[in-house]
Amino acid sequence: MMATLWAILASTIRLAVPYTLAGLGGTYSERAGVVNIGLEGQMLSGAFAAVAVTNILGSAWLGLLAAIGVGMLLGLIHGVVCISCKADQIVSGLAIIIFSAGITVFCSWLLFDKTQIKAIATLKVPLLHEMDFFKAFFSQIPPLVFVTVLIVLVSHVLLFKTVIGLRLRAVGEYPKAADTLGVNVYRMRYLAVVISGGLAGMGGAYLSLEHAHYFVKGISAGRGFIGLAAMIFGKWTPLGTAGAGLLFGFGEAVKPYLPKVVPSQFIDMVPYLLTIFVLASAIGRATPPASVGIPYSKE
Amino acid sequence: MTDYAVEIRNVTKTFPLVTANDDVTLLVEKGEIHALVGENGAGKSTLMNILYGLLQPDSGSLTIDGKQVSFNGPGDAITAGIGMVHQHFMLIPPLTVAENVVLGQEPNRRGLIDMPTAIRTVQALSDQYGLKVDPTAKVETLSVGIEQRIEIIKVLYRGADVLILDEPTAVLAPQEVEEFFEILKALKAQGKTIIFITHKLHEVMAISDRVTVMRLGKMVGAVKTADTSTAEIATLMVGRQVLLQVDRGSAKPGDTVLSVTGLEALDNKALPALKGVDLSVRAGEILGIAGVEGNGQTELVEVITGLRPATKGEVQLAGKTIDGLSPRAVRAHGVGHIPEDRHRRGLVLEYTVADNTILGIHYHPPFVKSRGVDVLDPGAIVAKAERLVAEFDIRPTDPLNPAGNLSGGNQQKVVVAREMDQQPQLLIAAQPTRGVDVGSIEFIHKRLIEARDGGTAVLVISADLEEVLSLSDRIAVIYEGEIVGELAPEEATEERLGLLMTGAS
Ligand SMILES: Nc1ncnc2c1ncn2[C@@H]1O[C@H](COP(=O)(O)OP(=O)(O)OP(=O)(O)O)[C@@H](O)[C@H]1O
Ligand SMILES: [Mg+2]
Repeated sequence: MMATLWAILASTIRLAVPYTLAGLGGTYSERAGVVNIGLEGQMLSGAFAAVAVTNILGSAWLGLLAAIGVGMLLGLIHGVVCISCKADQIVSGLAIIIFSAGITVFCSWLLFDKTQIKAIATLKVPLLHEMDFFKAFFSQIPPLVFVTVLIVLVSHVLLFKTVIGLRLRAVGEYPKAADTLGVNVYRMRYLAVVISGGLAGMGGAYLSLEHAHYFVKGISAGRGFIGLAAMIFGKWTPLGTAGAGLLFGFGEAVKPYLPKVVPSQFIDMVPYLLTIFVLASAIGRATPPASVGIPYSKE
Repeated sequence: MTDYAVEIRNVTKTFPLVTANDDVTLLVEKGEIHALVGENGAGKSTLMNILYGLLQPDSGSLTIDGKQVSFNGPGDAITAGIGMVHQHFMLIPPLTVAENVVLGQEPNRRGLIDMPTAIRTVQALSDQYGLKVDPTAKVETLSVGIEQRIEIIKVLYRGADVLILDEPTAVLAPQEVEEFFEILKALKAQGKTIIFITHKLHEVMAISDRVTVMRLGKMVGAVKTADTSTAEIATLMVGRQVLLQVDRGSAKPGDTVLSVTGLEALDNKALPALKGVDLSVRAGEILGIAGVEGNGQTELVEVITGLRPATKGEVQLAGKTIDGLSPRAVRAHGVGHIPEDRHRRGLVLEYTVADNTILGIHYHPPFVKSRGVDVLDPGAIVAKAERLVAEFDIRPTDPLNPAGNLSGGNQQKVVVAREMDQQPQLLIAAQPTRGVDVGSIEFIHKRLIEARDGGTAVLVISADLEEVLSLSDRIAVIYEGEIVGELAPEEATEERLGLLMTGAS
């Protein structure tokens, strides 16, 4: 019994990480007024870059950095398209998703001659990993979980207690007002989408390096979208998003233990149903940032 | 040689439909209060937005303190020591007052905002200048009068040397204007230069050293205030003589149209805002409500129009109970509403002028035609808009121009036109001439009186005492959510009203 509970708990935490990271990415971006559905694609590209770089250079940590970098680059592209060129944010996000689906498969063939690539290393913490206790522990709760917890807390402070956070939120609510106070709207929005992409890329690295230990085409499997659901469920706050990520992770973790009468497809619907429920219910109504999705132009 | 703080020379700025500034030169001396006046759409805000770096001029030059500058954005202007109160508030609703004030120049310790200091600073400014605000309140819960104070505090906080004030008094009550003028005098004594835009000419006379008049995008004159008169300024602005006081004749009231009894309601913070309001308005009369902003006027209007629930009491329209009905149903009963905040409640800025003129009646023929499903008829909509644009002198005249591109006063005229044109049984006019020029005030006042004479019951709520005095057949004074007195206009002197409004009955 205890063992089952522990297994479910550990699995909940492990599964919550990608949702939380993607959701945080969404939170940064939308708080600044930019919709980033490209999270799904940034995650997928990140997952590939992580394994590719790990296998080529032999270091999973470099793989992680590469994943974050690729996510940030895709975030930057999203920024250029919809902040500077003022194109539609959904269309640009969709383009990033489709592009990622193609480029990852293309590069898989090009570099490894297959679309399922096993990672040759995982993230190991120097010193700690030598000890048996930690080795066993990390096999249940991988090191990136702790990084994620840290990022959640830092994001909370960053968004709600710092100068940058105040400006970032201001830009997502009423960019013109922020502009009249000398806040650089474009710079804040770029910063937000780049962070957003980086977090999604990191979520991808977690998936391929820590969770599955391999890359396979389409490995993100909608987790970027569930991340957006977590963001809404968490009312565009880092702590709320993490809470929602855990809830969705739990929904997935209990699946193997549920009686087989409920088709698993129904369980997969839970995050979306919960999100719709939250959006539709008057209690704890979630209002998105007022200017989300609207490009800012000066005149 | 005169020492100029600001020299705007030969500035031209064109928008797709209009030349908003046509070779404009404005020279402002150091340490003076310079009034800038002109009709709606004359180009005042555009010129100030150029000076503040929000808009780029097509040609012309800016010189600050003798140094030629070119601003890429407001950030540059702020660095050059310029501050601006915008005609339309630049406040972020979900943030607190303190956050709105310090945004862009936040007190901080290594990037972490020092909120206690921010709150203390805002409180200190609020106390020092008599601008009452609660620094921790969220802006979305506040009324326009308080928002105006926050905008002023924002500029004071930044300690600019040149202050641009674009209609800062539009929604202030007379006492507040007095206090505000004291602030301006104190700032002037500190050597600050102030550019002050207003449509209230007595304010120009009371506070400014010099006046510049704009008309249709051009400068038409700059004079010393001491050498001129309101009549002369009005004539310069409009190009004809203006009646500053409308002759309204006497009312012939009929049956009671609106009757409010024992009305109670809560404000946005769930505190009692109305504490048992009784009033009635008859067909063919104008009831004016005088009061200092924030004494329940906003909530009263919202309850009557169905935008806010009453907690107690009753609202009847021609004998039928209307409280608890949706705003749409209230409208359908023949209630017109000119809201106090045209951006929040009056217009959809992204929509064209034409579409804005049918909001609320858009589901009626001739604007919809039923072809199996209801479809809008653009021809009918544009025809209506063209008629109203001509009748209310809305400029530019293109009905397909987005409402957001109009000047503030012209936006107001769109709202007024729409609401009056429906010939409602009851017309609620909250700050009906906010930001409207003298010529148009005259016009809107005339129309309100015509509506009265046509049998409409009119309820006027205004922070502008003069407006209430010149329009009303009866004046009710509201104080802390109660009607504390009712006067006939003959007995209502500014002093008596002033006393009632501050609760010193
Ligand atoms: N962003 C814009 N796009 C197009 N036209 C504009 C824009 N802003 C202003 N205009 C036009 O420029 C002209 C000048 O407008 P402006 O707002 O400067 O007038 P104003 O003198 O401030 O009037 P008011 O007293 O009504 O505020 C108007 O005809 C207006 O319709
Ligand atoms: Mg203006």
